[in-house]
Amino acid sequence: MIQDKKAHKFGMVIDLDKCTGCGSCTVSCMSENNIPFKEDESDKKDSITWMRVYRLTNGKSFPDTQIAYMPRPCQHCGGKGGHGHSPCVSVCPATATDYGYDTGIVSQIYTRCFGCRYCMGACPYHARYFNWWDPVWPEGMEKYLSPNVSPRMRGVVEKCSFCYHRYQLAREKAYYDGVDEIEEDAYQTACTTACPAGAIIFGDLNNPSHRIHQIVKPDPHPDPLNHDVVGKSRNPKVFRLLERLGTNPKVYYMSEREWVRKLGDNYLDGEWEKVKNHYGSASHD
Amino acid sequence: MSEIENKTEHGSMDGAKECAAEDPKDDTGLGLGVLFFIVAFLICFLSGWLLFPKLLYSKHEQPFSFDHALHVQETGDCESCHFLREDGTFSGIPKTQSCLDCHTDEPMGETEDEAVFTAEYVAKEREVPWYVYAKQPDCVYFSHAAHITAAGMDCITCHGHIGESASSRPYEENRLTGYSRDIWGKNIWGIKKNSWDSMKMDDCAQCHQEETGHKGYCLQCHK
Repeated sequence: MIQDKKAHKFGMVIDLDKCTGCGSCTVSCMSENNIPFKEDESDKKDSITWMRVYRLTNGKSFPDTQIAYMPRPCQHCGGKGGHGHSPCVSVCPATATDYGYDTGIVSQIYTRCFGCRYCMGACPYHARYFNWWDPVWPEGMEKYLSPNVSPRMRGVVEKCSFCYHRYQLAREKAYYDGVDEIEEDAYQTACTTACPAGAIIFGDLNNPSHRIHQIVKPDPHPDPLNHDVVGKSRNPKVFRLLERLGTNPKVYYMSEREWVRKLGDNYLDGEWEKVKNHYGSASHD
Repeated sequence: MSEIENKTEHGSMDGAKECAAEDPKDDTGLGLGVLFFIVAFLICFLSGWLLFPKLLYSKHEQPFSFDHALHVQETGDCESCHFLREDGTFSGIPKTQSCLDCHTDEPMGETEDEAVFTAEYVAKEREVPWYVYAKQPDCVYFSHAAHITAAGMDCITCHGHIGESASSRPYEENRLTGYSRDIWGKNIWGIKKNSWDSMKMDDCAQCHQEETGHKGYCLQCHK
């Protein structure tokens, strides 16, 4: 019987210096995951974007103005200490969302969700969306829906699943071929494959042969400054959003530019100077 | 005497009876009450028991009856028609084209059902719109590859002895959920004697718990 030799920890690193803000990731995500679109997509209270691109600016006036774009999928938080108590998972009264310890992916089960939206309040990344209406696709377009992803009904919350159905398909192929492990290429999210700049890198953070592991170099020890934080990157260019909350996202961002990295959190005066050169535990520099 | 007065009089008489009923020596009223309760309970219980399943499920006949036993005899196994594709996905319902590996547009036997098949589907090059007994709800992900190839299970564990059936039974659809009756199972109480009697989430979880020691995480079986 084929069993995973060890648990995966799927994650993503997004190179903000490569991202052009074209929005291909958002579009591919929507078509891959049967996300309905609204008549007025500019109404952000109503629109659903599992992968949303934010615009960042350094706030300086011409000629020093700089712009960066930040795609934001679900961060698939490991929770404090990486024990699986993600903010959304720990508050859900219906157990409609759980943490897969075998993959590190945070699930969302639409038929179990009753729409209290507690998870949306708990998520510090605004990664969760509520279906205020039943999905409506233009005539004939429902034939283009992916049969591998269940469409959502009115009154439930949805979010990015790291294209879990692609993992399922890759596993089925592996079962058929009788191989134990799925290849890095066999499971890639839709946004990763769609990015024309190659800014998104997806893989298993637990697997040293995967590119993401080599770029992020996740720290195997808890952060000595904050024991809730695990898997902190030992790459000085790599950071996570609101890292000190201890949510331990598995989505990492990367930038050469200091002002971009600084926007990863709301630093008070002087705080940034203390943390900006701190990456990973000192023993593993 | 007016009707109202009449009623009042009867009412007072009933009151008198009730007083009598409280007398421990005369418990006719109590006996009648118990009898009434039992009869009412039986009526409600039996109508629920016998009528509810009929109300809950609508019946659909298959496009034509299919003789599994005969086909298994001819082809030898289930995999001739139901097989894993090379990408690991499962081909459950055969296309008309794969039937034509053996069949032609002339019936091979003399049954009426085969005549329907050749006339309506082979000749017109259409697919047979079978009702799928084992069809799971849309939110369910099931991997045949994981169960057949990796876990080494046989078809019977979940599908029962369908390969030995000589004709197609009617497909029963739950009017409330739209799901096949095979999901909940034939027994309205949910009591199962065989592993293939029902295909609910609890049935999957029970087997997973026994075989793998874990019910699995949500996304293992959901999509």
